[in-house]
Amino acid sequence: MKLSVHDREVFAYTGGKAFDASLPTVVFIHGAMHDHSVWALQTRALAHQGHAVLAVDLPGHGRSVGPAPISVEAAARWVVDLIAAAGVQRAAIVGHSLGSLIALETAALLGERATHLVLVASTFPMKVSPALLSTALEQPLKAIDMVNALSHSSLAAKPSAPAPGFWLHGSNRALMRRLQSAYISSGHGNLFHHDFQMCDRYTAGLEAAGRVRCASRLILGRSDQMTPAKTSTALASALHADNITLPAGHSLMGEAPEGVLNGIRSFLARSTP
Amino acid sequence: MPGHSDPGFDTLSLHAGAGPDPTTGARAVPIYLSTSFVFESSDHAASLFNMERSGHVYSRISNPTTAVLEERVAALEGGVGAIATSSGQAALHLAIATLAGAGSHIVSSSALYGGSHNLLHYTLARFGISTTFVKPGDIDGWRAAIRPNTRLLFGETLGNPGLDVLDIPTLSTLAHENGLPLLVDSTLTSPYLIKPFDHGADLVYHSATKFLSGHGTVVGGVLVDSGQFDWNASSRFPELAQPYAGFHNMVFSEESTVGAFLLRARREGLRDFGACMSPHTAWLILQGIETLSLRMERHVANARKVVEFLASHAMVDSVGYPELPGHASHALAAKLLPRGCGSVFSFNLKGNRTQGKAFIEALKVFSHLANVGDCRSLVIHPASTTHFRMDDAALAQAGITQGTIRLSIGLEDADDLLDDLSRALKAAQKVAA
Repeated sequence: MKLSVHDREVFAYTGGKAFDASLPTVVFIHGAMHDHSVWALQTRALAHQGHAVLAVDLPGHGRSVGPAPISVEAAARWVVDLIAAAGVQRAAIVGHSLGSLIALETAALLGERATHLVLVASTFPMKVSPALLSTALEQPLKAIDMVNALSHSSLAAKPSAPAPGFWLHGSNRALMRRLQSAYISSGHGNLFHHDFQMCDRYTAGLEAAGRVRCASRLILGRSDQMTPAKTSTALASALHADNITLPAGHSLMGEAPEGVLNGIRSFLARSTP
Repeated sequence: MPGHSDPGFDTLSLHAGAGPDPTTGARAVPIYLSTSFVFESSDHAASLFNMERSGHVYSRISNPTTAVLEERVAALEGGVGAIATSSGQAALHLAIATLAGAGSHIVSSSALYGGSHNLLHYTLARFGISTTFVKPGDIDGWRAAIRPNTRLLFGETLGNPGLDVLDIPTLSTLAHENGLPLLVDSTLTSPYLIKPFDHGADLVYHSATKFLSGHGTVVGGVLVDSGQFDWNASSRFPELAQPYAGFHNMVFSEESTVGAFLLRARREGLRDFGACMSPHTAWLILQGIETLSLRMERHVANARKVVEFLASHAMVDSVGYPELPGHASHALAAKLLPRGCGSVFSFNLKGNRTQGKAFIEALKVFSHLANVGDCRSLVIHPASTTHFRMDDAALAQAGITQGTIRLSIGLEDADDLLDDLSRALKAAQKVAA
């Protein structure tokens, strides 16, 4: 559905059902160079199983007009305002990769209004190699191919997503290329470099974790090369989070759609504080 | 197989979409000859039907073996996914039926396989979809033919039978300027010779019967989506950007930013029209794809030798192969098809129709039949077979004469092919005498 946040039109996918703010609400935040559609299977399932879903397109991504937020903190403030614009009082926050950092900051800002926090493929700090940032500036299509290859652990993840017959590497590459092209066309510049710089520059993760009041869960990929599971220990400890590790790479929602869904759903089933 | 870039073409030909079978350890792709797949529970069943989860329900809509083929072809083409169909014609129909309906219009190259021309010119017209045919190289003609109700531009990478090279970069730009996708039939080239998506095409389909399977044993098609066309931004495709009452009011372009076309094509076209592929067929095509690059290299090498032989033969009036300097698409072929222009081409025999008949009947290694892209060499007379429904004007527009003979060069020893052709040309010459 379309919403107005900061006087700009933005989009949030509601899982194929009309949004009902009276239901337990789950807000999904995508990662770098992504949009709401990376959550297709998780959001559609939850929306048809008693939840209100808001899978946002961050500004400058997908159907939300740009420019993109300048920092993780700014993106979190935007998410908080979007939640208010949707008439939601309390919400569970789920984020992937860069979106997990935004989810962390959002939950910290919401305080008691955040019911659950789920961080998928997350770590802190989320440093990006200078070589990748440099490639992102000079050869963004090459950088897209690099990140795409690093994000997948398999050439044959089954049953694929959002349906059989989809080639996950190709879908992810096409989405990143589409967003990069649209961002350039709209005059805002290099989205790839912008998004990965946001990850790299975020320094307040542990402080934010200290301000989170709800229960937290990390869902990690055993073969994740972008945010290796073993590097998430400090963040998990700061959040007192429990961890689930799935047989997947960084693109967990595509490579292990049911595992991610079950990880979120079982966590949401825990009583709200 | 993680790394810093996607694997190469040959690796994808062998591994994309399939690993060792998790149940049995089988290394080759198992053939799942099962119509249906058991639900774990009522909730599981409902969620599969509602697209809340991915999985297989009924083999008309998807099947584990067929899905491997779909992923593999998508990987080789650089697409987001694919749908396997019962034939190449079914793939073309599925693409059109997903984007067009009564009152819609298509702009198509006039240099088409006869069956495709017939579908567009006669059969779809009965259902209210009209087509304007334009010579593939007439860019102004393409531009002038676009109407407010046009839904797609369509052509073959190598036009049938003259091998006009489709100017994909120019036509895709023209299509996109008008909010339209470009659909390309890449049957004669396969992704080994050209990846149309790299040049701007939006949708690609193959008659997998030909080079993808490569052995003349099965009939099948594959339709691939690049994921690059923004259906939501164009005002021409409410089928993909508005709620669809036929599937839970789903807005396909919201469900998947890059996969909307394939979702609708599978959830509507494959479900309702039912032109699905058998898993056994999918397996045979997968076997073919495993050696695609090796075969295509040999097809092209043999074709070049045959072209050179025919071009210098006294009984041959002309040879239509874009690598020859006199071909109208020579420059474009050098740009778009550096690995070769495939192994299907036509030549014009000097003499009358009786001599043409004598030529074909004297061939012993070449088989006289209606197919191309087999590992065996093939021959046919288009005017009396594949294009027999076209009148003389349409034939002329497609570059076909009564003396045109089409060859599909196989994988035999090149010297045996040259001997066979030499003998047959001598037989044709004798008839004249």
